[in-house]
Amino acid sequence: MTVGIIGYGTSIPKLRIKVEEIASVWGKNAERVSSGLGIKEKAVASFDEDSATLAVESARVAIQSAGIRAQDIGAIFVGSESKPYAVKPTAAIVAEAVAAVPDLTAADFEFACKAGTTAIQCCMGLSASQYIQYGLAIGSDTAQGRPNDALEFSAGSGAAAFVIGTEKPIAEIEATFSYTTDTPDFWRRQHAEFPRHAGRFTAGPAYFKHTLGAANGLMNKLGTQPKDYAFAVFHQPNGKFPYRAASILGFEKEKIESGLLTPMIGNTYSAATLIGLSAVLDIAKPGDRILVTSYGSGAGSDAFSITVTKEITKKARRQPVPVWEQINNKKYVPYAIYAKHRKKLKGM
Amino acid sequence: MVGTQPLIWRRIPERYRLHGSKCLTCNAEFFPQRQFCPNCRRKGKLVKEHMPMDGTIYSYTYVHSAPEGFEYHVPYFMAIIELKNGVRLMSQLADSEPESVKINASVRMVFRRVHESEAEEAIAYGYKFKVVD
Repeated sequence: MTVGIIGYGTSIPKLRIKVEEIASVWGKNAERVSSGLGIKEKAVASFDEDSATLAVESARVAIQSAGIRAQDIGAIFVGSESKPYAVKPTAAIVAEAVAAVPDLTAADFEFACKAGTTAIQCCMGLSASQYIQYGLAIGSDTAQGRPNDALEFSAGSGAAAFVIGTEKPIAEIEATFSYTTDTPDFWRRQHAEFPRHAGRFTAGPAYFKHTLGAANGLMNKLGTQPKDYAFAVFHQPNGKFPYRAASILGFEKEKIESGLLTPMIGNTYSAATLIGLSAVLDIAKPGDRILVTSYGSGAGSDAFSITVTKEITKKARRQPVPVWEQINNKKYVPYAIYAKHRKKLKGM
Repeated sequence: MVGTQPLIWRRIPERYRLHGSKCLTCNAEFFPQRQFCPNCRRKGKLVKEHMPMDGTIYSYTYVHSAPEGFEYHVPYFMAIIELKNGVRLMSQLADSEPESVKINASVRMVFRRVHESEAEEAIAYGYKFKVVD
């Protein structure tokens, strides 16, 4: 049975901080940091936003663009590494807020930056096997970086939600392929406030091995090549890795630029690949094929081959406010205000 | 305070999704929910009704001296919102610049953290409104 994306929605906070503002606090060369990471600024969740509120906002838009009743959603899975509670499901908060309760299953997933795409895979299985009518898969994070760490320049905030089902998809998911190993490139121990990472080790043996492994595995499985795809979306921990992954795989850089948003909003972790896919769906035409490959430290990648259908041209099937419009609706804050909103000040 | 949890829980339908009431006898709508229609009295029949998430600012004030638990929010706007069905409610405004907050400005409901007394306590989520173009 064909399974696909029925609706989608994204939520990007309004606040931004520029890389040069963070660099000025720590006495670093802003130009070198910005060009080294390929990031100009990042989205900052305000004090009253967290991964649950962003998940709810994106879910409401996804349900609206799907044109379905929330009560017909049989599963909600939220992928995040910045849950507001260590123990208490964000998915249940989302289910209540969108009025999908009580007849559904719900759970939170964690796999660094790829938990959102794993949520999609679970919804695909449940809806294709007709255990549920629709599943709601969400990637949402308000990522934190230790002050003065490279991650502080890149860790952003955002969410994307996808309604997955079999009826009138705006994009069919032809296949998915995953690649997973135990690779300690990035982690946050129990009760630790900030994550640790293994510097350059996060590239070759981690991001590239798994991203290329999943993307190549998927294309081998389907017998497709980069030339068969109009767009490619890769996980984007910075603004440079996706270009290198695309180049190694044989994708022209123009094919990844529509879904490469980290330079403007930072790495939104579990949401990064999914917001990239949303930006592509905002502009894609029927027949366009999209290769999507997430990456989560620890480590693993989920790849998807997606083909846009004619349904996407029908009224109200795309999200009402496109990703780029959300990105351009912004307010810059200085470091002190950023520190207040992200509760980085002692005693808050 | 752990004792506030039943109160937070009871208000989830109204705070998360603007769950109000409608009287099937006179069609009047209410928020928050009512048990009794003030127009029809014993002839009224109240059912649950979702309020619209869009409206306009009916009136507002700019808060500089906040009550306990909201000290970090200042300065912030509190507004009386007139929803599209005419029902009015009080709400904090989010993501709204002072120059955009005006009487009759269009607003839309957003889902935010409303209150969090201590780091280890449960978080109270709910509605706020933001000015939209």
